[in-house]
Amino acid sequence: MTVPVIGEGEARVEQLGMAAVTILVGVFGCIGYFFVSNLILDRIYPASGPQAGRNINRAGAIRPWLFLMPALALLGVYLVYPVFVSVWLSFHDARGETFVGADNYVWLINDAKFRESMWNNLMWLVFVPAASTFLGLVAAAVTDRIRWGNFAKAMIFMPMAISFVGAAVIWKLIYEYRPDGQEQIGVLNAVWTAMGGQAQTWLTLPGVNSFFLMIVLVWIQTGFAMVILSAALRGIPEETIEASILDGASPLQIFFKIKVPQIWGTILVVWTTITITVLKVFDIVLTMTNGQWGTQVLANLMYDWMFRGNDTGRASTAAIIIMLMVTPIMIWNIRNAAKETR
Amino acid sequence: MDNIVGTKSRLVWVVNLSALALVLLWLFPTFGLLVSSFRDRDQITASGWWKAMFPAEQTLQYRAPGAGDAVDENGVFVISGNVFEGGRGSVKSFGTSARDPGAFPAGETVPADDGADLTVLQNGDFRLTSATEFEGRRGMRIFVTSVTPPRFTFENYGRVLGAEGLGRAFLNTMTVSIPATVIPILVAAFAAYALAWMEFPGRALLVAGVVGLLVVPLQLALIPLLKLHNEIGLGKSYLGIWLAHTGFGLPLAVYLLRNYMVGLPREIIESARVDGATDFQIFLKIILPLSFPALASFAIFQFLWTWNDLLVALVFLGNTQDQLVMTGQLKELMGSRGGDWEILATSAFVTIAVPLVVFFAMQKYLVRGLLAGSVK
Repeated sequence: MTVPVIGEGEARVEQLGMAAVTILVGVFGCIGYFFVSNLILDRIYPASGPQAGRNINRAGAIRPWLFLMPALALLGVYLVYPVFVSVWLSFHDARGETFVGADNYVWLINDAKFRESMWNNLMWLVFVPAASTFLGLVAAAVTDRIRWGNFAKAMIFMPMAISFVGAAVIWKLIYEYRPDGQEQIGVLNAVWTAMGGQAQTWLTLPGVNSFFLMIVLVWIQTGFAMVILSAALRGIPEETIEASILDGASPLQIFFKIKVPQIWGTILVVWTTITITVLKVFDIVLTMTNGQWGTQVLANLMYDWMFRGNDTGRASTAAIIIMLMVTPIMIWNIRNAAKETR
Repeated sequence: MDNIVGTKSRLVWVVNLSALALVLLWLFPTFGLLVSSFRDRDQITASGWWKAMFPAEQTLQYRAPGAGDAVDENGVFVISGNVFEGGRGSVKSFGTSARDPGAFPAGETVPADDGADLTVLQNGDFRLTSATEFEGRRGMRIFVTSVTPPRFTFENYGRVLGAEGLGRAFLNTMTVSIPATVIPILVAAFAAYALAWMEFPGRALLVAGVVGLLVVPLQLALIPLLKLHNEIGLGKSYLGIWLAHTGFGLPLAVYLLRNYMVGLPREIIESARVDGATDFQIFLKIILPLSFPALASFAIFQFLWTWNDLLVALVFLGNTQDQLVMTGQLKELMGSRGGDWEILATSAFVTIAVPLVVFFAMQKYLVRGLLAGSVK
């Protein structure tokens, strides 16, 4: 390791230099593109001269597309085009060469690992959004009433900044197992043995190990739910609450019967947003169990077939299934957004 | 607000205590990792991290050197040394048999086997003396109950950043995330302006399209894009991952910025138009500066997302030393160093340190972005 040190230092400088140049090229390229393209448009259709009126209209029709072009091109290549290619690939063989009809889908339905993944994904879909939303609602209600509420919010919100891989390490330490007779260094086993239980390898326990993975995501997502719901709670008109106090409602009644019904819309938004995150959950499963011991999920199954199975047909089919599961929420979102713009 | 007589003070207590419980519960996991990263390997295997703050009491078994190391001091044979063998600690009590390892307090001189006398001092120094010559190659066993004070070390950090390659990975992560954060901002801002303030047919459709693309799973894009990158010669390169992150981040960027720009006062833009400003000027001189909060929100999102991302990096970058990012490195360490918690905890903390700093410094913008970004 002594020889490459100089070369490595140079490589590092070069790498940072390349990043800096890219930023400059990206930013100035962008500004340059917009400036030049607008300039050209104004040259072709000058807003003066004999045909000024017609020119202004034409330039006005074209200009929005100049503004949109780079974004549309990137979105087209990086998000729209892949959807079609994936559909195409899912009807082809492992190398994407021969058309195989619905073979991949038939194989998928009969595959034990796929069924396991579907089942686990459904469990994730029920448990994580429900638990995160509920805990987020409790956290929002509680932190809104105390003086150090902002500090408390920041602490509960903090896991949002932590990567899934980092969170996986954090929680693996909690689930750590030591054989009987040794001192337990994982909190869960320490508590469990102190209560008289037998130390467990929690992540390999069939049936419940998935829940230990789900808890990690709940820990991360609760802060998100709390922030959104807290804003919604604060937006509730004071009069409704004052009226219920006058009518003699208890604090719990006020919360569940007056406040919660008024923020149903927001709760639904939080729920669906977390649902989308859950459908794509990958890092946590990959790094904590890699889908072993009955914890496989769709996104990791897809990754398995992509890199370990080297089968673009089956991998794409798994990806399409994820897409199909996301689609209802996508349509719901689009409808809501359309309603709002109108 | 809830001043129902008599119940108020109790309610305040309940609320404060449950908030405290929630906060402690949420901090506990991360705090455990932080504490562990400052403990050395032996400490981590010896006790749970929650015991790190207290002096640890443990029973050690030490075997004294054999007869060969005995020294003749004026007719008395002496074997001496330190039971901690250079380590630190303080002896509370000692003993000569496994049945009663804490029989005598430190400092006493007690009879041991074969007519020898044993003294163990508090600092661990021991002295075996005998009038007759010692016999046998194997020395005597000494049991000590020692109290080790809480001890923390920065060694793990040095080791992880150097030998374990995390320093290089840190640089790689920075190389990925900074351009991937900066580049989409302008591209998205221009598009958002068009979608917010320019009239053209198909605008509503495009907005709907952006909302739809917000939730398209990344998994769908991986294989086609990897193929594309290989075909056009990008392969696994930083340029490839910058483009990928830019593409994946654009829907959120456009959506957030458009929603923000739509809310800007119409009069400002109209009057600028009347004064003869072009769209390009309006955008650059009025909209962009006014949209700073939304730009900041998106920048934080994108930075956290690209810094913390594992999947895109696994697919679009190689796993050679000059391309492996920190999350990837951490994943590899979890595989190869599964039980070495001092390495894992420290590496994990290095990877989450920057996002945590950004998070606490810019929390305001992050919250604003979340509120604007969740589809209502």
